[in-house]
Amino acid sequence: MKIEVLGTGCSRCKQLEKDVYNALAELDIAAEVEKVEDIKTIMGYKVMATPALVIDGKVKVSGRLPRKEELHKLLKSAGE
Amino acid sequence: MIIFEWLNNQLLKMEWLSNAVRLLVENGFNLDMSTRLGGSIHFFIYDVIKIFILLSVLIFTISYIQSYFPPERTRSIIGRYKGVWANTLGALFGTITPFCSCSSIPLFIGFTSAGLPLGVTFSFLISSPLVDLASVILLASIFNWKIAIAYVIAGLILAVIAGTIISKSNLEGYVESFVYGDQNLEYEPESLSPRDRAAYGKAQVIDIVGRVWLYILIGVGIGAAIHNWIPQNIISAVLGQDKWYSVLVATIVGIPMYADIFGTLPIAEALVLRGVGIGTVLAFMMGVTALSLPSLIMLSQVIKPRLLTIFFSLVAVGIVIIGYTFNALGHFFL
Repeated sequence: MKIEVLGTGCSRCKQLEKDVYNALAELDIAAEVEKVEDIKTIMGYKVMATPALVIDGKVKVSGRLPRKEELHKLLKSAGE
Repeated sequence: MIIFEWLNNQLLKMEWLSNAVRLLVENGFNLDMSTRLGGSIHFFIYDVIKIFILLSVLIFTISYIQSYFPPERTRSIIGRYKGVWANTLGALFGTITPFCSCSSIPLFIGFTSAGLPLGVTFSFLISSPLVDLASVILLASIFNWKIAIAYVIAGLILAVIAGTIISKSNLEGYVESFVYGDQNLEYEPESLSPRDRAAYGKAQVIDIVGRVWLYILIGVGIGAAIHNWIPQNIISAVLGQDKWYSVLVATIVGIPMYADIFGTLPIAEALVLRGVGIGTVLAFMMGVTALSLPSLIMLSQVIKPRLLTIFFSLVAVGIVIIGYTFNALGHFFL
């Protein structure tokens, strides 16, 4: 599984990256995590608000921080 | 009417808080409120607490509403309208979007690449930092409802007119080419529960308060200094109502400054208390919020210098005109 966190460096973007690492550790899921900061790459995903969470090339959340349960659910269903 | 006035005074102007802080200053610190030090400390503590309480409540409420209008949906709604109506709608939606300039670039690209007219995107970009619901309530709290509403209307008119001029001027060629993509206006709604929306609101409060608290403290500090320490004759000489250049000075000083509207409000409050014209004060606030170096630098990544210059000049001239108009009509507002 490949996870990308899209964000130009706002505080919530950094928070999302942390949340993802924590969730992966708690759920014991292995994944490749990448922080994407380049605006052109971010726009390539057609998101209009950061932070955004991309799992295996699909935008799952944009413009907000998902709650912990929501994030766990997203990661679990993608890991199956 | 009496009930409304009471609510207005207690909830919005927080007279109870002013009285509580007065007790603290007079009995806790043993300072006389009429002295400079006592007055400054009262202004500082009272303003800081008031702004933080109002800010948190307001951001939560607005974020909750805003979670119904993610940018994709906003774009899709605006895309249905043409001409000046699209500009007006863009300006109106700007009032309920987040106040962070870091989100303005993805928004700009997202709007433009989906084929919205450039001017409509600019209407949105101008009104977004300039006017938002939280600032309206804070203006009503610090000044009165007349000024709050007049500020919003002036800000919206500025956004609509500047955007319309940009639309009519065929400046599409002055946008960096990578901005134009193949996005479409379709929008798939995300289903969010009230708990998700509340979580979003809470995250926004933490995020925004975390970002602006320092500006607010600095703003209130400067406000307290203006309020009690800077001699009246200096303020009158530079920004006095009778000085024709006061609005220009306020705008020029305000533009390079970067602060949230919440940081500028205490400064505005202190200036008005010292007899500076309401138009001069509003021009200063608008200069600080609508135009700032960081936001211009960010915009320069996606638009070419010519368009950036046109945008800058339109907004700056608009602010000066608004300043003079409000000064001329000042007696109506205070």
